[in-house]
Amino acid sequence: MRRLAACALWICASAAASVYLALSLDGSGRAIYLPGTTTSGHHQIEERCELCHTAGDGVRQDACLGCHRDELAEADDSHAPEKFLDPRNASMNRLIDARRCVTCHLEHRPGQTLAMGVSMPADFCADCHRDVAAERPSHAGLPQGGCSAAGCHNYHDNRALSEDFLADHLDEPDLAARPSVPDTTGTPSAGPPLARADADGPPGAASAEVEGEWAASSHARAGVTCTACHGGARVAGAGPIAARPWTDHPGPEACAGCHAGELAGFEKGKHGMRLAAGLGPMTPSAARLPMTDQAAHRELGCASCHGAHAFDVRRAAVDACLGCHADQHSLAFRGSPHDRRWQAEQEGALWRGSGVSCATCHLPRVRRLDGGEPRVVVEHDQNAALRPIETMVRPVCAACHGVDFSLAALADPALVRRNFRSAPAAPSAAMELVRRRGLPTREKPP
Amino acid sequence: MKHLLALLFTSSLAAGCSHSEAAGGEPPATDQVTARRTADMVHAVIAADRAVYAREVVQRLTITQKVKLLDPEKNAPALLEAREDWKSQHGALPLPAQMLRMGAEQALAGDTGLSYLLLSPWPVNKQNRTRTELETRGLEEVIRTGKPLYGSEVLDGRTYFSALYPDVAVAEACVNCHNAHPDSPRRDFKTGDVMGAVVIRFPLE
Repeated sequence: MRRLAACALWICASAAASVYLALSLDGSGRAIYLPGTTTSGHHQIEERCELCHTAGDGVRQDACLGCHRDELAEADDSHAPEKFLDPRNASMNRLIDARRCVTCHLEHRPGQTLAMGVSMPADFCADCHRDVAAERPSHAGLPQGGCSAAGCHNYHDNRALSEDFLADHLDEPDLAARPSVPDTTGTPSAGPPLARADADGPPGAASAEVEGEWAASSHARAGVTCTACHGGARVAGAGPIAARPWTDHPGPEACAGCHAGELAGFEKGKHGMRLAAGLGPMTPSAARLPMTDQAAHRELGCASCHGAHAFDVRRAAVDACLGCHADQHSLAFRGSPHDRRWQAEQEGALWRGSGVSCATCHLPRVRRLDGGEPRVVVEHDQNAALRPIETMVRPVCAACHGVDFSLAALADPALVRRNFRSAPAAPSAAMELVRRRGLPTREKPP
Repeated sequence: MKHLLALLFTSSLAAGCSHSEAAGGEPPATDQVTARRTADMVHAVIAADRAVYAREVVQRLTITQKVKLLDPEKNAPALLEAREDWKSQHGALPLPAQMLRMGAEQALAGDTGLSYLLLSPWPVNKQNRTRTELETRGLEEVIRTGKPLYGSEVLDGRTYFSALYPDVAVAEACVNCHNAHPDSPRRDFKTGDVMGAVVIRFPLE
């Protein structure tokens, strides 16, 4: 009898386990199959294994490049795989197969993963560049694991560290005489400015407060009606969104009608990458950085920073960020030198563009050429200027600070945590080496 | 191109290319193109493009015309330059050596197996030093004779036909840059000097 009961229990337990495992094959339950903790870059999309893994074919190179190809191209990748295709590089590829991303970026290996998802030992550069001191005597005696740690070199992105760039920016003042970031070019208006009476949503769809916020917003000034975002066909010629039925809560696709570039950036970064992967929106509770408790279950979309109707970019620039982010760097912003300038600009005591908000650095205003015409747009991929940290120098820091000062500040983790409350203690190591090289001065136009 | 290389395999073996061979008499005429002849033709294209870019683009725009452009970040005039970090500089040109390397990378990304590169005993970029025995021996001979050298070599278990051609300083821009660059081991180049070699390589299988 006891044996029969044990058998029945075993069968029931096995059946329950089978059902549980089968149900876990879909959605977020798949996490139980993860062979190890996923890197910070990928943990948001780890439930979609098939984004990286191909049945029977491991992790394809295309899976990596599907998301990272554009950024590597923009970074002018110093070690692009195509540089290693030549058969004369076979001996180097035997040491490190630089043709494949997964050589250095193995996933699910938390015990051996460094910053930027690198799963190689920190001194891997030495495998191919062991004789660097023979070419550059200045490098003799430098620690083999210190190539990137000192803020001198990155494997992929060296735009802010190339010798030519640094030589062009030697001996700049720490702070420009009139520091400021450029104005954005702005999105073309959809029509003439609108007033509250022009609100065209269904009767009772909007409260008086909502209508008031909209009427005072940049959207109303730019002729963007209620139906342009919420759908509904009450306005002729209001674009494809208006042809859709009315919805009380339009998603990011509604914004993309006029702000496609902004949405594309948003979906590349950690705020929007889940949407790009066809998953539900990111919530602060799923983040690995410290977040405020009250924000835990907010869903990230355009409106979570910009507001649903006021579209106040000043709120989006600081308050929206600090409503969620609670790490040391974020918490140190209030009262920092950057914040003081931001407050002074808002109060009119400093000129336009002179303040430094969270967005100034993390969603920077970048110059782009659109059909040959220069435009200044907001980069909504907040990782673009952080991957790696020196990437921030060219589009952000150098607008106001000297490159030497900027690199030195970013190379000091304690100073970053304190939100740059003081000047860096030491000059940039990379700049110092370039200074000693005595490169020829570039010819200037007459 | 794939078919052409397949033809080369048989014709190259017939032409006795399994060892290095200095420039000299042409192999017997056949109805197939030999590996050596193919390499010569590929080199003719590479050398012509390289000379045209160095002379008619880099030299003409940066030295002869000293073209100025407007730096949109500083809103100030700047001289058009060819520089290593050209991709992150508004309006900058790639260096002639980078131009060749970028073309080679694109060509190699195809399925022909054709690769080409620059080598020099005085490389500014130290990645352009010789690595294989044939490269080392061939570069020395090409610099000494000013004539091409052909041979075969096994790399990563595969047999390749390799040809080295003298790389001549065709423009003042080449000489000026190499004589001024702090990483250049030689600073007395003159226009017309052999500065290194162009290596062309493809698999014989």
